[in-house]
Amino acid sequence: MDALRRTLLKGAGATGAIAAAMAAGVLKPSQVLAAEYNRAAFEAKDVAGALKGVGASSTAESKDIVIRAPDIAENGAVVPVDVVSNIPNTISLAVLVDKNPSPLTSAFDFANGAVAEMALRVKMGQTSMVEAIAKTADGKFYIAKKEVKVTVGGCGG
Amino acid sequence: MADPMKIRAQMKGDTAEIRVLMSHPMETGQRKDGTGNVVPAHYIQAITVDVGGKRVIQGQAGPAVSRNPVFGFKVKGAKAGDKVVINWVDNKGDKRTDEATISG
Repeated sequence: MDALRRTLLKGAGATGAIAAAMAAGVLKPSQVLAAEYNRAAFEAKDVAGALKGVGASSTAESKDIVIRAPDIAENGAVVPVDVVSNIPNTISLAVLVDKNPSPLTSAFDFANGAVAEMALRVKMGQTSMVEAIAKTADGKFYIAKKEVKVTVGGCGG
Repeated sequence: MADPMKIRAQMKGDTAEIRVLMSHPMETGQRKDGTGNVVPAHYIQAITVDVGGKRVIQGQAGPAVSRNPVFGFKVKGAKAGDKVVINWVDNKGDKRTDEATISG
C-alpha cells in the first residue's frame, strides 16, 4: 500500500494522480457541478499564471471594484475579504492573494439575479496585495488591489 | 461525511442575503503535522448555490480559503420562502448538499 502510494506521488504528484483518476472516470465529479476543476488556475504559482488560468489575458484597473479587507490582519489563517463589483454585467469574480504559494483563492460565477458580490475568508502567508478580478458579460476583465498586512502567517500552521 | 453546512438566508429589501458556513479542514497540503509528515491536501473545490430551483452561483475554490469556509452572497429577485440549496465537492470526492428556506 505504502509502496504504491509512493509510486503515485513520485509519478505525477498526488493531485496529478487524482486528476488522472478523474480523467479515467474513476472519480466522477457530481453532475450538478458540470464545470471541471480549473487546476491550471488554482495551482499557478504566480499571479500571471493564475490570470492566464482564468482566461484573463489583459486586465484594466477599475475603481468600481470594491475590496473590503482589514488593513492589518492579526491572524493570516482567517482574513475576511468582501468583494463587490459595481461594473455593469459582471458575471464572475475571483479573489487572489499575490504572495500566497498559489495566488488564486476562489472564483465564482453569478447568474439569475445573483449580485456580483462575495464575502469569504482567506489564508494569507504574509503581507500581500489582495486582488479582485471581475469578468463582464462581454469577456473583459477588470482588477482592483488592496494591501493587507499580516502579523502572523496562516499557511504553515 | 462532513458535518452539515449552516445556512442563513434572509430577505433585505428585494435582495436575499445568504451566508453559509461549511465544516471542512481545508488542508493546503503544505502543512506538516507534529511528526513532520506533510498533511495531505484536502479542500473544497467546487461550490454551487441554487435559489428557487435556479442556479445562481457556481464557483471553485483552492486551499487558500480558510478552514471551515464562510461565504456570503446576495441574490436579487429571490423571495421569502424560496429554497436555497448549496452543494460542495472536495478534492477527495467527498460532497455535501444542504438546504434552507429564505426567511422574510
